[in-house]
Amino acid sequence: MTDFTSGFWGYFIATVAILGVVFCAYLLLSQMKVKLQKGEKAQVTGHKWDGDLEEYNNPLPGWWVGMFVLTLVFAVGYFWLYPGLVVMGNAKGWSQEGQHKEEVAKADAKYQALYDKYAKLDIPAVAQDKEANAMGKRLFMTYCVQCHGADARGAKGFPNLTDGDWLYGGKPENILETLNKGRHGQMPAFGAAFGEEKVRDAANYVLKISGSPAFNDVRAERGAETFKQVCAACHGADGKGNQSIGAPNLTDKTWLYGGSEATIVETITNGRDNVMPAWKEFLGDGKVHLLAAYVYSLRDSNK
Amino acid sequence: MNKIQKLIEENVAALIILTFITISIAMLVEILPLMFSKSVTQPIAGVKPYSALRLEGRDIYIREGCYNCHSQMIRPFRSETERYGHYSVAGESVYDHPFQWGSKRTGPDLARVGGRYSDEWHRVHLMNPRDVVPESNMPAFPWLAANTIDSTVTPKKMEALRKLGVPYTDADIANASKEVEGKTEMEAVIAYLQGLGLALKNKR
Repeated sequence: MTDFTSGFWGYFIATVAILGVVFCAYLLLSQMKVKLQKGEKAQVTGHKWDGDLEEYNNPLPGWWVGMFVLTLVFAVGYFWLYPGLVVMGNAKGWSQEGQHKEEVAKADAKYQALYDKYAKLDIPAVAQDKEANAMGKRLFMTYCVQCHGADARGAKGFPNLTDGDWLYGGKPENILETLNKGRHGQMPAFGAAFGEEKVRDAANYVLKISGSPAFNDVRAERGAETFKQVCAACHGADGKGNQSIGAPNLTDKTWLYGGSEATIVETITNGRDNVMPAWKEFLGDGKVHLLAAYVYSLRDSNK
Repeated sequence: MNKIQKLIEENVAALIILTFITISIAMLVEILPLMFSKSVTQPIAGVKPYSALRLEGRDIYIREGCYNCHSQMIRPFRSETERYGHYSVAGESVYDHPFQWGSKRTGPDLARVGGRYSDEWHRVHLMNPRDVVPESNMPAFPWLAANTIDSTVTPKKMEALRKLGVPYTDADIANASKEVEGKTEMEAVIAYLQGLGLALKNKR
């Protein structure tokens, strides 16, 4: 009621709705005038089409009248039990929001105990638990697969979670923080500052320290200087990265965007901007705990 | 009664007019009062008119027919609110002309997709959905990255929307062209998607 700009609308809806039902009842009564005695033949209405096509005026079938009356009774019951008339009724106190709340409360009562059970255990212990793992996997399949893939091996630009290599650390508390608060990894663009040649030099140095055989010695030599002056700030002087800011380790064979010279040149030239969304508010602690344990259990599954 | 029956049966214009009147009665109860209902006509806290870039993104969303597969209406069922977030309320779409509700879901609902994925994810996904979701049957939209937005029509769109009741200020309209100048359609669509459903994002 209070939702309308004026109280008039409640009465308006009630009036039109009730008149509608009354009209239907009147229509039914007005059409029940034809009665046939036993053995009497039905009259024709007098309309004729195509010369000889005529229309009988039979009485309404009893079963049909019965169903019509039932809909009228249903309408009255519906008006009374549900907020159909706005100004009155709703004996059940029903509302759409209320029904949703009830449904959620029922599910919470059922599942909260499960979440509580695992929330008490630390993550490595939960990761060992078969049932918890199955729950974590189902959560992963709903909320995480879009980026990390159904096999958790990620995609270009989206980390593989099964290779034991971590941008922000793979300890339980690191994974929890990643899930709860999200991450934002930024590699600045150096294309303009370096120029094309210097970018390629740096890329070749990165290839060299990653252990790739496909690099140009002369370029790598020159790139080492650039790396020391600029790149080392985040990736470290030894190129092993820095997990506190999510700077990748460049001395291994794990690549987020790819380890070809062209891709590395693209990364250095244009920079990268990687976001993991925060899930604490949306999922809540119970689910985040199970998810963290599931991800923890994947850590070495495909090293 | 016979006279009325004869009229309806023999005069098509009368049949059409009377059908229209009959349907109008249902509309009187089910549609008209909503126009005077606060929860339908007033924005909820946090809902603002689309910025120029998001507005352009929305028009591209409509042009590409995204609504054919994606609804923007989370129904108040737990199975939906668990997956997508808080159910949609009418006050979230008061500035949408036309709104993007719907019930056709070949793809997932997008009412609260804002912030759910990174900008980069959307870029990769729109260029070729299979790159991130191998089993996806969504078409690729690579031309969005190549097309730039025609910034001359943006202020006109905003003026038209202002006539429909969207409270754009003169300054909004004056700055509109500058905001979308040189932006690609891809950037506009991503800006639109990233702004969807934020008003109730972290509520259950």
